[in-house]
Order: sequence, then structure tokens, then C-alpha cells
Amino acid sequence: MTASPQINPKTDAPRTGPAPSSRTGPVRERRRLRRLTGRDIAVLSVLIGLPTLLSLLLVWGTTIASIGLSFTNYNGVTPPTWAGMRNYDIIVTIYEPFWRAVRNNVLWLGFLSLIATPLGLLLAVLLDRRIRFGRFYQSAFYMPVVLSLAIVGFIAQLVYSRDYGALNAMLGKTANPVDWLGDPSINIWAVLIAVGWRHAGYVMVLYLAGLKSVDPELKEAALIDGANERQTFFRVVFPVLRPVNIIVVVITVIEALRAFDIVYAINSGRNGLELLSVLVTANIVGEASRIGFGSAIAVILLLTSLGFVIAYLTQIIREDRR
Amino acid sequence: MTATTAPRATTASTPTITRRRKPFSPVRALLYVFLTAMALGWIAPLALAFYASLRPYADTAEFGYMSLPHQLSFQYYKQAWDADLLKYFVNSLIIAVPSVLLVLFFASFVGFGISRYKIPGRKTLLIMFTAGNLLPPQVMVTPLYTIYRNIPVPEWLSSSGTLYDSYLGVILIHVAFQTGFCVFVLYNYMQTIPTELTEAALVDGAGVWRQYWQVILPLTRPALGALATLEFTWVYNDFLWALVLMSTGDKYPVTSALNNLRGQFFTDYNLLAAGSVLVALPTLIVFFVLQKQFISGLTLGANKG
Repeated sequence: MTASPQINPKTDAPRTGPAPSSRTGPVRERRRLRRLTGRDIAVLSVLIGLPTLLSLLLVWGTTIASIGLSFTNYNGVTPPTWAGMRNYDIIVTIYEPFWRAVRNNVLWLGFLSLIATPLGLLLAVLLDRRIRFGRFYQSAFYMPVVLSLAIVGFIAQLVYSRDYGALNAMLGKTANPVDWLGDPSINIWAVLIAVGWRHAGYVMVLYLAGLKSVDPELKEAALIDGANERQTFFRVVFPVLRPVNIIVVVITVIEALRAFDIVYAINSGRNGLELLSVLVTANIVGEASRIGFGSAIAVILLLTSLGFVIAYLTQIIREDRR
Repeated sequence: MTATTAPRATTASTPTITRRRKPFSPVRALLYVFLTAMALGWIAPLALAFYASLRPYADTAEFGYMSLPHQLSFQYYKQAWDADLLKYFVNSLIIAVPSVLLVLFFASFVGFGISRYKIPGRKTLLIMFTAGNLLPPQVMVTPLYTIYRNIPVPEWLSSSGTLYDSYLGVILIHVAFQTGFCVFVLYNYMQTIPTELTEAALVDGAGVWRQYWQVILPLTRPALGALATLEFTWVYNDFLWALVLMSTGDKYPVTSALNNLRGQFFTDYNLLAAGSVLVALPTLIVFFVLQKQFISGLTLGANKG
């Protein structure tokens, strides 16, 4: 380990490190980088460069390639031919499942952000109040989070099954059973409840962790100042939870746009359970192998996410500038 | 979460530790009723899956899942196990363990680098990683497939000779994809660690690597524990990538292989329930073992220093 000679002169701490040796390159004028040795810079470049390269190639490169493919006719065998905007045109005008999928994705996002996420926050707030058996409640709510959505899909079938399902039995609807997953007018809601079951626990654990880290003196100060518990929460505690809030928003949006596994496990995403991600996979991987067409749907999904992504990133940047 | 029997302290000099739970009140009773009802409702589907997995199909087909058992056995577990589930479990570990370790290593270093040094373009990097994780995986599928088929890999790493149909290929996309989320979390976390700490290390003559390894990483351990839990379950639970990037069924991780228990014309859901319980078991174990660390982990982040 080489010590840099450009040490902050204000600190008078004894120098225990070895004497400065291999300084390479001129002294940098940048505020922090000036203290770096050549070796430091090498370590930084390699260890930041590698993951950057992976992300650029496998995540960003492939995404951009998909955008290119979306303007072509491509079946994966013969070379792609230019199609211009035709794929997009067909999707929004003729391709019937598209708008159903859009609607379902919007419902998904709405349900998670308006019902599941607030429920998770509520549970966290309740569990934060020094209650007995806190660990038990916490574990119960969080448990579904570790399950894969595919498994949640399988379990949902046990609960919702028309003939043998637990839900119909509990509601006493055995004589005139409801087909929770087969009826296209209600099955999306049945699935959303299963998804919310998992999502609320996730949100709860994030908030619970955040709440525990809030300085109790902050709350006490607010209470002494005459704020009631509700005011204390919304005016003092919730704003302090900002980092958690950001993560929760991100997770909620990701889950809504990425939703795939659960409907795929239930019925491959048909009959009322269409989602954009399912349509992409069906066109690309399915027998049709309409890769250009599937890519165009993927690009629409991408553009939707980009709206959120940009809004969120400007948030981070603004945050950072403070 | 321990009950204290000390008398209620009202003075500010003894703040949180000796403060007792509030005395029992109707509101509080209502709180317990609500929480208990919710918790039971939360566990019910899992309990049902476990219960169903112990009952033969004929039993549930006749009486439904919400009936008293006429026969209970571990027969379905044996059947699922006989379907070579162990092999798929091992496949899952081959993919998940290196993926999680690499993700945490890379993400913690990138987070450290861009939170501590004025690296040119660091904001762009942060945006690239964070946004990359938010992209829908379906956008990457086709080009990834094409790239993987054209990248040769030595025989000992992949029997197919290319990245396609290899563990390495699946690991790489997990790493590329998941690093984004972890960079974001760890960057935020590390920003709460006072810069005085690394500056003090700098005074002591520590280079970049030592500041990372000996100063920042130990302080980040709780966050790393939390992320390890999350990432392990995410990678383990994924089935899209293996499905798209692998062709040999024998190489599938267990989550993707679970579909094998599904018959082509007839699905025995009780068998599927047994398979689901088995597949969920490792993540549940990780969850119970690491839960304490997980909960206490994220808390350090917000009010450091």
C-alpha cells in the first residue's frame, strides 16, 4: 500500500503507513483524484470497468439491438428485412391482445402502488410500535416475498381452483362455484391479490427497517412540540424515510412492468391475463418466431419503463446535487 | 423486542431503552386482533400448499382442498424427489452462488468508487447501472441469444462450446443485470458513511483497495447481508433466463425445472404443491437464518454518523 504525499494538511494524525514511494503521474488538480497513485487508478479502472463493460454489452447493447430489430421483419433464420414502422402499426391497430395487455399492466401498477404498497407501509408502522410477538407477525408477512412468482402462481391455483379451491369452499360457493382464474373478467384481480400478498410483505420489511433507523428523539421532539401521532408520522417520520421511499417506488414500478412469471405459471398469460412481457415472449420464443414484431412490443414496454426511469433518475440527480 | 419490567420512565434522561410498552387498551387489543387476522391470512396459502402436498389427488378431487384429510403421506415428496430434484438444486447453486458473490463484489466496489472519488462520468455510471436494472428483461432476450451463440467458450466451461446453454452465460447476465440494483442501494448506503473515515484511512496511508476492503466493506456488511439475501432469492427464483438461454433440460435450475412436474395433459396439483414446497424450502431457510441480520441490516443505512 503506497501512501500519497498529498495528505490533507489539516489533519495532524500520526502517519503510521509506509513512506510514500511510487508516485506516478503528475499531481492532479481534481479534488479527490489528486491523492490517487497509479496503482489506485488501476484498481479503480479495472474493478469499475469490468461490471460497466458487462452492463454495456449484455444489458444496454442488447436493448439497443432490439430497438433496431423492431423495425425489421425477422424470423431468426433468414436475414432481417426492413419493415419501417409496420410492426408498430400492426400492434396498435390490428393486434388484438395488445390493448388488453396494456390495460393489465396499468392495473398491475395501480394495484401495487395504491393498495399493496400502502398496506405494506401500514403493517410496518403497526409493527414498529413495540408489540408482542413482533417477530412472528413480521415473519408471517414477509414469508411470501422469498417465494418465486412462479410458485406463487402454483399456490394461487390451489386457492382459486373452481372445483376444489379453498376460496370457493370458504365462501360457501361450492354449489355455484366462481372460476376465479378462468373467468377473464375477474381473473386479473385474483392474480393481483396474489401478487399483492407478496408485494406488501416486501414493502413492509423495507419500511420497518427504515422506521427502526429513525432517531427516536426526533419523534419525541415532535410529540413534545404538541404534534399528535399522525402528524408526527406524516410530517416528521415519513420525510426522513425518503431513501426508503425511493427504493419502494422503484421496486413497485419494476414489479409492475416486469410481471411475467405468475401469469405464465397460471395459464401462459392468456384469456384475460395478457401482459406486455408475455406477448413479447410469445412472439419471440413461440412457434411464430416473429422476432421483429416481438421486439416492437418489447420496445413499447421499454418506452413505458423509460418514462418512469427518467422521472426517477432526475430525482436521484437532484438529490445528489444537494 | 424484549419486555422490560422496569417502571415507566418519564424523564428525558432515560429515553428509549427503559421505556415500556404502553399499557393494554382497547385500541391496542384491536391492533392485535387486526395483526393476528392478517398474519393468519398471510400464512394460509402456504399452509394450504403444504397441506395439499400431503394428500393424494383423489382425496382433494373428491372433497376439495378445504376438507379434513382421509389420508396423509409424504408420497408426493418422494415422487418429486425421484424426478431428480436434487440435481436441479445443485444446478441452481452453481448459478446462484457465483452470481451473488460477483454481484456483491462488483456492486460494492462501484458504489464505493463513485461515492468516494470524483471519477469522471460517475453520475453517468450510476444512471447506467440503475436504469439498466429497470429495463424489462424481454428487451434483451433475442440479441442476447444471438450473441451467446457466437461467443466461443473453452470446453471445460461449457460443453456446448459457446456461452449459449452454459452456466457461465446465465451467470453473466445475472451479474450484468443485478449489479445495477445493488450499485444503487450500496451507493446510497455508502453515502451515509462519513467521509472522515476514509480520509482517516488515507492519512494512515491506505490505498484505494485497502480503503475499500478494510474500511468501507466492513461498515457495509449489514447492507451486503441484506442484499445477499435478496439477490440469492432473486437469482434462485428466476426462471426466464435459464429458459431462454439454455437448451439442455438437465442443466436447468430447479425453479425452471419445476415445470417438468407438470404433465402434458393432466396436472396433479398436489404433486406440484409438493414440488413447490421443496423448491421454496432453500429460500425459506435463507430467510429464517438471515432474517435478523436482514432486519437490523438496512437500519444502519439511514442514520449513520
